[in-house]
Parts: sequence; C-alpha cells; structure tokens
Amino acid sequence: MLAKRIVPCLDVDRGRVVKGRKFKNIKDVADPVELAKKYNQAGADELVFYDITASSEERNIFLDVVQNVAAEIAIPFSVGGGIRSVDDIHRTLRAGADKVSINSAAVKDPQILTDAAMKFGSQCIVLSIDAKAVSTNKWQVYINGGRTDTGMDAIEWAMDGEKRGAGEIVINAIDTDGEKNGYNLELTRAISEHVNIPVIASGGAGTMGHFSNVLKTGGADAALAASVFHYGEINIAELKDFLSENSITVRREPSWK
Amino acid sequence: MIAIIDYGAGNIKSLQFACQRIGLDTCLTTDIPTIKQSAAIILPGVGAFKDAMDALRRHNLVGTITEEASAGKPILGICLGMQLFYEHSFENGNWQGLGLLQGNVSLLPDSVKVPHMGWNTLKHHQRNAILNAINQKAYVYFVHSYAVTDNQKEDLISSSEYGRTVPAIVQSKNITGMQFHPEKSGETGLQLLKNFGEMVS
Repeated sequence: MLAKRIVPCLDVDRGRVVKGRKFKNIKDVADPVELAKKYNQAGADELVFYDITASSEERNIFLDVVQNVAAEIAIPFSVGGGIRSVDDIHRTLRAGADKVSINSAAVKDPQILTDAAMKFGSQCIVLSIDAKAVSTNKWQVYINGGRTDTGMDAIEWAMDGEKRGAGEIVINAIDTDGEKNGYNLELTRAISEHVNIPVIASGGAGTMGHFSNVLKTGGADAALAASVFHYGEINIAELKDFLSENSITVRREPSWK
Repeated sequence: MIAIIDYGAGNIKSLQFACQRIGLDTCLTTDIPTIKQSAAIILPGVGAFKDAMDALRRHNLVGTITEEASAGKPILGICLGMQLFYEHSFENGNWQGLGLLQGNVSLLPDSVKVPHMGWNTLKHHQRNAILNAINQKAYVYFVHSYAVTDNQKEDLISSSEYGRTVPAIVQSKNITGMQFHPEKSGETGLQLLKNFGEMVS
C-alpha cells in the first residue's frame, strides 16, 4: 500500500537553513546538507528546499546546495523558490533535484506549468499554493511570500494547475503557518477532494496528532513541516510509530526499529 | 565500469551518486565503444516513451543495446528504462520498444491517483539474487503513470499493488528492470543497486 509521506521543509537563505514565523522574523538554524542527511537517516520520506533569497548570484549558491544534497541523500527532494522559467527548472533538475515547485511564476504565467510538464514530465512539476481564508470555506491565493493577494480562488487554482500539468500540489495555509496549532484541515480536504494528484499539506504542525489529523481528516497524501523537526520537538521515527498506531500506512526501512 | 546511458533522461546525477556511494564505478555516456567495453549497462529514464525511443535512435543506441543484451551483458533498466525493454507502449499512441522482454506498457487504472507517486511495498514472487537482503514489504519509491502488463509470469520477481498489480522488479537472464527508482529508495534502493552490482563480473 502507498505510504503517507512525512516531508521536512528547509528554507535556505545564502546557503543556510532558516525558519521564519508567518514568513517573517527569520532565524538561522543549520547547514542544509547536514540537516538533509540527518532527516534522511531519521526516516523522512522526502525533503523540500525553498530558496528564499532572490538575487542571481545567491541562486548559484543555492544550486550548489542542491547538488551537494543530491550527492548525500537517497530519497527524493523537491526545490522551490525563485523558479521563474523553464530554464530555471532545467538548471535545478540538472543540479540533482527530483521535482521543482512553482508558486508565483505559475500565477503570473500558468503556461509555465504546461511547458514544464511537456518538457520534463508532470511527475517533477509541483504547484505550490499559498492560501489565506477570506471567508468561511473560501481561500484565496497569495503570492510573493504571502504578501500579495491575487484574488484567485485556491481550489479553482489547484484544479486548473492539475489540468495544466502539475503532478502534485503543496497547499500552504498562511493563517496556520508557524502557529503550531494544527494544519488547516478544511482547506486541505477541500483541495484533496477537487484534484486527482497527490496533495501535500503545509503550515501549522505542532504535535504528532496534527499530522495524523491532516493525513486522515484532511485527506493529504503527505504532511510537510519545518520547525517541529528543526528544533527537535518531533522526532520523525517516533512520529511514524505514532501514525502507524493510528492506522496510517508509513514507510519503514529494515534497519529502523 | 558500468555505462549509464545518458540520452537526456531525467535526474541521472542521483543515480550516479547512489552508485558511487556503494562503490560501483560508473560513467555517463552515449559513446558506443564505451558502452561496448563496459561491464554492465544501466538504462535510466524519465519522461515519455516515444521521446526516449526517439532519443535512443538518434544516438544510434538501439542496435548497441540489443546486441549487448543478446551477448549476455548485465543490463538494468530503471523506471521508463525498464518499460523500454518491452514490445509496445500505449502511452499516447502505440510505440515500439526494444522488444528484449515480452509484454507491453499501459496506463495505470483511473481508480487510483495517477501518477503513482510515493513509497510503496514490494511483494516478492520468487527467490532471486537481486532480492538479496530485501525483505518482503520493503518500501521503494515510485514515480510513474504507465506500467508493464502482459509480461511473462516467470519474469516477474517482485510486484507492487496500485490499482492493479504493477511489475516492480522483472528479470530475464541478464536483463533486469526496476519500475521504481532504486537511487531514491533509501537503504532498500541502495541494497538493490548493490545486488545488481554483484551480478556484474
């Protein structure tokens, strides 16, 4: 049976992993390659790296990070942040990423999803959506790190993204991000019910129960989190034991207890 | 030395890194003499079946791979690379494959989310050296929308369930295929690559 995935997310700025709260007050935490190795050994199923810097010379530092990560880990990882063109995607995949996650660039020009899917296959094109509640059960898409409201409906955008060629969706709830009060179950479920591609829930993990809720009630295929893992508040092996006890299928390796 | 055929398919750097980590000497190449001198061949692949076959033809590699296969050289096909071993693929048409193995390639059923993306378990059907130290129900990482069908029963080493039975590891003599990505399948995947390495003299 297909396992639900646990996905640590690493925000990278000038070659270092950082963690902010609601995208602000960013704090330095660790070396991305060391952290990637640690999570790989701890039982993470996949990793996500976001380049949160923008300038082009820093982009090259980031590509070095991608290449170093690819050399050190044997699990899939996706890369996002600052992806603006099919060329950017090509460079990132060449550096060793398995998937590329596209956010603002797809909102500005959705054709990038189609062009990229045609060229590299849908399996490596992830549509990342930052969504914020505007009324009950209605969420709108935000871009530019959660600063700009696009006025687009998040569910419709997810469905459109799938049609255009995205192979997976990361749904990040801006309202719950960094609060550690749980994922946005309604938003995640609404997205999961409307698309037929895997959905990764993001934003709000604080306890192990939050993970089981979003994987069960939220209908997510994977749960992404950052600070609970970075600060050692949740141990991935223990999380997997907990999920397993709650009848959620999770992956194990022979050497794990 | 193992020749990894570099015909523009997906993330082959990870495959090379994984081989490096378990001590397998590899090179990325499309050079026919290099491929002929190699001890084994890995045919990777991500993308569309037709594009991949076109790329192999463009590099004049169809004959080389077929000849090396019939000469008994160990060949490992990964993901689309495994699918290319079969006779036909019905991926948006009807395309001829390398025909090294009997069977075809068809779309996964729409009762499940396609692509089949993530970690799924193996179910072994026979004892085989490629499964050395690989437990029943070991997890491996899949990313694919099409899968082998109508294969010879005796070629099926291990399978996975996803909407239907998905041939996960197949083997006929010197030809081995893995539908998942061993280079992305953690410890289990590295062990499988190591097992393939053991078949290379």
